[in-house]
Amino acid sequence: MSIGQPVTRLDAEAKVTGRARYTEDLLPAGVLSAVYIRGSVAHGRVLDMDLSAALALPGVEAVFTHADVPRLLYAPAGHPFSLDPDHADVADRLLLTGHVRFHGDEIGVVVARDELTAQRAASLVAVSYEELPVLTDPREAMAEEAFAIHPGGNIVKQDGFSVGGDVDALLAQADVVVEGEYQTPVTQHCHMEPVVAHAYMEDMERITVVTSTQIPHICRRVVGQALGLDWSRVRIVKPYVGGGFGAKQDVLLEPMVAFLAWKLGRPVRMALTREESMITRTRHAMRIRGRAGFARDGRLLAMNMDAVSNTGAYASHGHSVVSAGGGKLCSMYPHAAVRFHAATVYTNLPIAGAMRGYGSPQIIFACECLLDEAAKALDMDPLDLRRINAGRPGDVNPRSGKPIETHGLADCLRLGRERFGWDERRAAAQITQAAPEIRRGVGVACFSFNSGVYPVGVEISGIRLTLNQDGCVTLQAGATEIGQGADTVFAQMAAAVLDLPVTSLRVVSTQDTDVTPFDPGAFASRQTYVVGPAVKAASLELRARILNHAALMTGYPASALDLKAGSLVATRQPARVFMSLKELALDAYYHKNRGGQLTAERSVKTRSNAPSFGCTFVEVEVDIPLCRVRVTDMLNVHDCGVVINPITAKGQAQGGMAMAIGWALYEELLVDPRSGRVRNNNLLDYKMPTFLDLPDLDVAFVQTAEPSGGFGNKSLGEPPLLSPAPAIRSAVWNATGVKADFIPLTPKALFPLFRDAGLLEGAR
Amino acid sequence: MYAFESYHRPQSLTDAVALLAANPFARPMAGGTDILVRLREGHKDYADIVDIHGLPELEGMSADRGELRIGSGTTFAALMTSSLATRLAPMLIEAAGWVAGPQIRNTATIGGNICNGSACADSAAPLLVLNAHLDLIGPEGQRLIPLRGFHLGPGRVERRPGEILRSVRIKSEQDQGLGTAYVKYSMRQAMDIATIGCGAGVRLRDDQSNGIVDELRLAFTVAAPTPVRCPTAEAAARGLPLSQAVKAVAEALDQDVSPRTSWRAAGDFRMHIIRTLAERMIRTAAKRFASSAANHQEARTC
Repeated sequence: MSIGQPVTRLDAEAKVTGRARYTEDLLPAGVLSAVYIRGSVAHGRVLDMDLSAALALPGVEAVFTHADVPRLLYAPAGHPFSLDPDHADVADRLLLTGHVRFHGDEIGVVVARDELTAQRAASLVAVSYEELPVLTDPREAMAEEAFAIHPGGNIVKQDGFSVGGDVDALLAQADVVVEGEYQTPVTQHCHMEPVVAHAYMEDMERITVVTSTQIPHICRRVVGQALGLDWSRVRIVKPYVGGGFGAKQDVLLEPMVAFLAWKLGRPVRMALTREESMITRTRHAMRIRGRAGFARDGRLLAMNMDAVSNTGAYASHGHSVVSAGGGKLCSMYPHAAVRFHAATVYTNLPIAGAMRGYGSPQIIFACECLLDEAAKALDMDPLDLRRINAGRPGDVNPRSGKPIETHGLADCLRLGRERFGWDERRAAAQITQAAPEIRRGVGVACFSFNSGVYPVGVEISGIRLTLNQDGCVTLQAGATEIGQGADTVFAQMAAAVLDLPVTSLRVVSTQDTDVTPFDPGAFASRQTYVVGPAVKAASLELRARILNHAALMTGYPASALDLKAGSLVATRQPARVFMSLKELALDAYYHKNRGGQLTAERSVKTRSNAPSFGCTFVEVEVDIPLCRVRVTDMLNVHDCGVVINPITAKGQAQGGMAMAIGWALYEELLVDPRSGRVRNNNLLDYKMPTFLDLPDLDVAFVQTAEPSGGFGNKSLGEPPLLSPAPAIRSAVWNATGVKADFIPLTPKALFPLFRDAGLLEGAR
Repeated sequence: MYAFESYHRPQSLTDAVALLAANPFARPMAGGTDILVRLREGHKDYADIVDIHGLPELEGMSADRGELRIGSGTTFAALMTSSLATRLAPMLIEAAGWVAGPQIRNTATIGGNICNGSACADSAAPLLVLNAHLDLIGPEGQRLIPLRGFHLGPGRVERRPGEILRSVRIKSEQDQGLGTAYVKYSMRQAMDIATIGCGAGVRLRDDQSNGIVDELRLAFTVAAPTPVRCPTAEAAARGLPLSQAVKAVAEALDQDVSPRTSWRAAGDFRMHIIRTLAERMIRTAAKRFASSAANHQEARTC
């Protein structure tokens, strides 16, 4: 049984030896390079572009501006297509724009024999603008009289829900009501492989785009929409991807390289610099106001949240992000009434889109901060307060109305309390909390998440299995490997059903929309959950075909035969081996009168969405005079159902925890409010933490068996990122008595708080 | 791809000096860890390159009567693994460990770190504290000058046209009778530029933990447009017991530094960090002085 085994990633050796081929390793001969001409104001209209100097530069092939592109507004967000027009993503993009909406907006593109020439030419284009008011604060942008960044105004959408009871009445009845207003920053994914794509045409009709994307099938549809082409005239090839974290759950360069290849008839590549990548998609900054009412015994009665989400210059995933964050909250403390309202607002910032967690990190930050307020007000251990409120299996999710079959949150808290040594550490930290310089503190926080997008969007997944002549099985998935280890767990699942060693599975890591089964791609922590049933169905079907062929060969009925450890055996006497799978495969392929190529392909729609849970325990050390927080220890405990692969699961958790430490303590894209210019879109000034900034990251699992998951599993992709930040903020409060209602808790942000709290004696 | 206008790779120091003298726009490039970054950003000032990386005359370390000579082409990685440098200038080694990350330290050189004129050069504070000298060679011959005064402003140093820094010279810390300490305060523990860098050298009159300060040398990076020594604070500390000296330094530091407010950090925050680091580094340096003095006494009594 390969489920639960620590199988080494199928691509590990190819990646560490450099053999794995990524988009830029696959450039066709004669490829041209293209570079955007970017707007140098944050808001304005292009009055004139003088292209003469650029066109005169030797090596320049073409320059296109906003006047040359199709007048087709398209929506780049990587969502499955919706049959309901009211649910469609906001189509507010053109390939190039004459209305510059953020500093760096794409107003033209230069194509040249090489990148350096294209860059030089782009810098030679003189542009004049009519400057427009720059709006970076969503509160200003929401004002009645604010300049409309898009024709429909600056509010992309606002809506909300109220579930589980009358929130106002419950708040009025509550023994303790706490409130707060919390702010989270603009951050960036910092995937290792930048945004890259190239396109070529092999005939007069069809365009092939090779790209670093999480969503090849969605990408094909959006390129078709952006260029006004039938979708099947576009072919997307997705080779190995060096990380996406949601930035590539969006259609980025693909329509442009397709347009250029189409216009010029020659292969064209684009590769954004790190500086460009960092203003291409970001995480939404949010401001969240919350109130929560509790009974004296600690029961959370009701929570009210009001969020404003800054989506920047274009909608991209737009309102879906904050909306998803609110919706996924309700299964965590399901006995409470929740009212949630959110507005998503355009500003002249770079475009916020999907990023690991997708609105949940911000909403959970606010929720868990409110719980810490309550723990303080009730004089309770914050861990006990969460234990009291954690849901139990069988509780009904007030938002979906469905019972939560597996709810391991209380068990996660129990396991974590023990493993982290919560009570002992909390007591030990308290002793340091009057020290003038170095103090320690502890914090805890919980999260809930989902395992896909249903019922907001369709959940469809396709798997094709082919028995090869040598008895190995080739697996093709529409779901994408982007570094998270998807291919490996798919192989483990198929190997488990077929009773083959994992080494007998050959996973085609490349998706090619011409041949790959349909699946929207890597997002929403969905793939292991929704691909599982498709792998199971296809594997069972292939197994049945193998047994049918074995029946033809042996003369026994298929029901008397079984596939065990790569051999065909008698069901009742597994020791009786008829033949190896390889012998069967050769017969199926080459016998002149029977058999054929044995394949199985299944496309499965998942109509469930199991919530997953977990929590973070953290200890910090604060050097008060230096205003610096160091995470000394951190434990994440996850209920992700059955763990398919303990090594890759742990790695996934640790990656998310590291990313969350960055969000809590280090990272923010800083924007000059006047010019709208991003100040630190590079990896020196944007302070992503390094290994030396991270503690050992401990991970534990509470394994529940989720009946709706193909193999008992639930989501794990995004969840590890969700709870560390509020736990860290709580630990800093515990250590210093200073409560920050924002992140990141950088030294320069803590300095005024510490000074005002009188912690920095002598600081002026 | 880089937008070079010209690129020369001379085979000797003499040729390098001649090439630099022949083109007033040419810049010497050693490890390239700053110049290639600027060239990638499209800075025209770096388009003419004389690549001095690997020139044998700039390599190697040696000691002569207690004076450490470090070839300007010595990488930080080489410096950190040198037992000679570790013995004679431990403060410089402490600072070298703060430079960027392992890949950068494998190629960035001490000469480049000084000659690019950066206010945040990690090697500058220890070299200022240790009263390092620079051995330069140019079309008019060679000269030996103190590092103090070499930095003129952001990105500007007192390197004459055509000159190349050949070596950095430091009298051993032991001969200078100093306990030393350096720390870089940055937003992360690696791959960063300093918010403030602070180095201290202390000599006490005795080895008591609160002994009288005989000499204090204090240097900062990013506290002013150039790396600076702190003459006012140093003078204020002289002759005081350590705990009083630390207070006197905190009072006097305003005269020596001028941290600026930028989006990276506010001036009052930087000033607070400057004072905090000064106190910590002076105390650490004093502790090291006292413990090494104690060690010497033990060695003598045996």
